[in-house]
Amino acid sequence: MTHVLDPGALSGAIPTVRAPLAPYDDVTRTAAAFRAFLHGLPGVDQVGAEARVATLGTRSIKTTSKAWAIDTAISMVDLTTLEGADTPGRVRSLAAKARQPDPSDPTTPQVAAVCVYGDLAGVAREALGDSGIHVAAVATAFPSGRASRAVKIADVQDAVANGADEIDMVIDRGAFLGGRYLDVYEEVVAVKEACSRPDGGAPAHLKVILETGELVTLDNVRRASWIAMLAGGDFIKTSTGKVNPAATLPVSLVMLEAVRDFRAATGRQVGFKPAGGIRTTKDAIKHLVLINETVGADWLDPDWFRFGASGLLGDLLLQRQKLRTGHYSGPDYVTVD
Amino acid sequence: MSSDRLAVRKTYKLYVNGAFPRSESGRTYEVTDTKGHFQANVARASRKDARDAVVAARAAFPKWSTSTAYNRGQVLYRVAEVMEGRHVQFCDEVAAGEGLSASKARAAVDAAIDRWVWYAGWTDKLAAVLGSANPVAGPYFDFSLPEPSGVVAVLAPQQSSLLGLVSVLAPVLATGSTAVVVTSRDRPIPAVTLAEVLATSDVPGGVVNLLTGDAAELGPWLAEHADVDGIDLTGAPATRAMEFEREAAGTIKRVVRPPATEPDWTADPGLSRMTPFLETKTVWHPIGL
Repeated sequence: MTHVLDPGALSGAIPTVRAPLAPYDDVTRTAAAFRAFLHGLPGVDQVGAEARVATLGTRSIKTTSKAWAIDTAISMVDLTTLEGADTPGRVRSLAAKARQPDPSDPTTPQVAAVCVYGDLAGVAREALGDSGIHVAAVATAFPSGRASRAVKIADVQDAVANGADEIDMVIDRGAFLGGRYLDVYEEVVAVKEACSRPDGGAPAHLKVILETGELVTLDNVRRASWIAMLAGGDFIKTSTGKVNPAATLPVSLVMLEAVRDFRAATGRQVGFKPAGGIRTTKDAIKHLVLINETVGADWLDPDWFRFGASGLLGDLLLQRQKLRTGHYSGPDYVTVD
Repeated sequence: MSSDRLAVRKTYKLYVNGAFPRSESGRTYEVTDTKGHFQANVARASRKDARDAVVAARAAFPKWSTSTAYNRGQVLYRVAEVMEGRHVQFCDEVAAGEGLSASKARAAVDAAIDRWVWYAGWTDKLAAVLGSANPVAGPYFDFSLPEPSGVVAVLAPQQSSLLGLVSVLAPVLATGSTAVVVTSRDRPIPAVTLAEVLATSDVPGGVVNLLTGDAAELGPWLAEHADVDGIDLTGAPATRAMEFEREAAGTIKRVVRPPATEPDWTADPGLSRMTPFLETKTVWHPIGL
């Protein structure tokens, strides 16, 4: 605890550090022990990872398989708008699109969630009603994460109070790159606690954004994934979408291997969400193939896998129309965000 | 020329989005001259190449259609300049591909370059000739203005490989639309050279996309494509033109019907090839005081 003078100043409560699940319950005893554990994780062969995803990327998914993949991908989309210019009207139109992505074809599945800034979570909640679509809100001084812990906690509590049932937090990359892994861990634990509802309702799901574009190496991606999972994150997410490169396939491979290894060791399943840079149906299908081949079909479900994207849905709908009608469609035939 | 030199056998590629990609399908076919001698291998475009070309043409449309008429005219005139520099090459290719004598091939190339210059001159005159200030009974101006349709698919003539191609492509560009062209199947070489001309002149990438291949194969995909605004069926096989027209009706495309036989391209085309791919926008405007 070095970078926050008084973490409990605003929330009135000093977060207690919770130990991770067995058999890793002792790795966070001290900063040195945690560092030793994280640096003891197997190194990532970057060339091997790139070769592996390049091989999987050549899989040919056609006809009925493609139709299944497109519908599955649509049902996994977190329809996102994270702009300074977002208005309640824009969020409401996005919510309408989430409920009925393609008005010309009512058989099109709904998306999984709408992802907005915390202050607009209430608008999204109201617009989505009883559709079953989740409201995800970004919090913790998104996208940079540069604020004191107390402010971040308040940000999370505000979004939860506004009706968000999923919280997308960013980790403190400065602390991570500076080697203060235990700080990162403690912050995720504290945010996880802030996701609980004062009225005793089900706590909001926590997605932990690693911002892999700033983590430099795949070894760091693996370490950050483990920190997020040990601290209780329900999902690990690649990026904010504000930094390039965002969700690349090698990064996704490393994170998927991390969630696979974590479930094998502890029995707890953690979801995965690539975000940013996934714009075409082809990219989405490559990710679905990567999941199936890396972690298996258990993750091929909107509860365990999401696409964070704004433009992807349009291309998925165009491809869906192509399969349905037999001719190529055009951007005039899908809604504009 | 010494006969022990190894022949350089050319394999030409497509021209899509300002680049020269191979066909996505990997297919090529042999092109021969009228005597049956090998000329070159060219790429045989597939429906996915056509799809990519439409995406490129759509992306290029906003900038090309809103560039000023003067600028568009200059860009097109520059194309004619670069064509002039390739005059000898065009003559050789047209002579071999169409079986013409050197003097007739030269006349065809001259006519093609002159045709291009002629269309370049039309860009800033269209609005004056085709637009109008309409009489209204009120304190308003009422103007009608020609505007480009959008992405136009062109099935280029099968016989006239350069003059015919220029005669169907240049009007599309002059009016501000962007083009996806399927070249003559058996005589594509001058079109490939024209692609090299376009790539080295000032035409932005994506404004013209040239696909070598079979109009019978690509025609239905372009006719049905929802993001194509018009289609010129000049080079469509006579037996299938009706079918393409019907498919184009599904998305209400502008259609230029194929002539019964290929016309004499040296004749003055008038406005007949520019007006089909123009929309008329009419606006009211208060006169003010």
